[in-house]
Amino acid sequence: MSGPRVVIQTEDFDLGAEVARLREGDGGVGAIATFTGTVRDRHGGLPGEVSAMELEHYPVMTERSIEAMIDDALKRFDIRGVRVIHRVGPLLPRDQIVLVAVTSAHRGQAFQACEFLMDYLKTQAPFWKKETTPEGARWVDARVADDAALARWGIQASNTSA
Amino acid sequence: MKVHVRYFASLREALGASETIELAVGATVGTLRDTLLALGGRHAEVLARGRAVRTALNQQMCDEQAALADGAEVAFFPPVTGG
Repeated sequence: MSGPRVVIQTEDFDLGAEVARLREGDGGVGAIATFTGTVRDRHGGLPGEVSAMELEHYPVMTERSIEAMIDDALKRFDIRGVRVIHRVGPLLPRDQIVLVAVTSAHRGQAFQACEFLMDYLKTQAPFWKKETTPEGARWVDARVADDAALARWGIQASNTSA
Repeated sequence: MKVHVRYFASLREALGASETIELAVGATVGTLRDTLLALGGRHAEVLARGRAVRTALNQQMCDEQAALADGAEVAFFPPVTGG
């Protein structure tokens, strides 16, 4: 694996290029699982109601928290390489937001680790989304379902608790 | 002792990006929150207990029992919504 495990950037990313870099030089890779999150043009409502999104984060803590998640994933799963890219700043509907890519010898561990990392990131990494709609800009509410998703892995999340 | 307080997202919009607060030795994140609440106004509103506010000490998620040292960085922010 080459390149940093975690990248926070304003620029877009290229899934193919990132996967190529992640598996480069590792002939033991037999499976690559990736997840890409994108900006929806709606928030459970009308198509086109979301015209823009702004992503804020807490520099340093963001990178540290995702590095810690990857360390945890490497202990839990038999995986070979991980790359996480998360964009910040102004985004538009259909833009890519996040990439999680995992390599392993066989598919099961790659699928699981990819899902684990996304569940973790959703509730533990300090990012905040603000959407622009015809009614104005609004901060996106955290979902209780995301805490439940992390609980499946035996980790108590309290992102949404008072 | 002095601690550096940072706010993010909706809390940053209400309170500004950061401020420095003077605390007695032995303070915790919880006593810092009490001190900020006692400032009244918007602090009392957006940091009120019962609201979903998360805290980090020196860039790591923490709870209100976390003990503070001089020069610590404490962040207050709403539930995270990345991914």
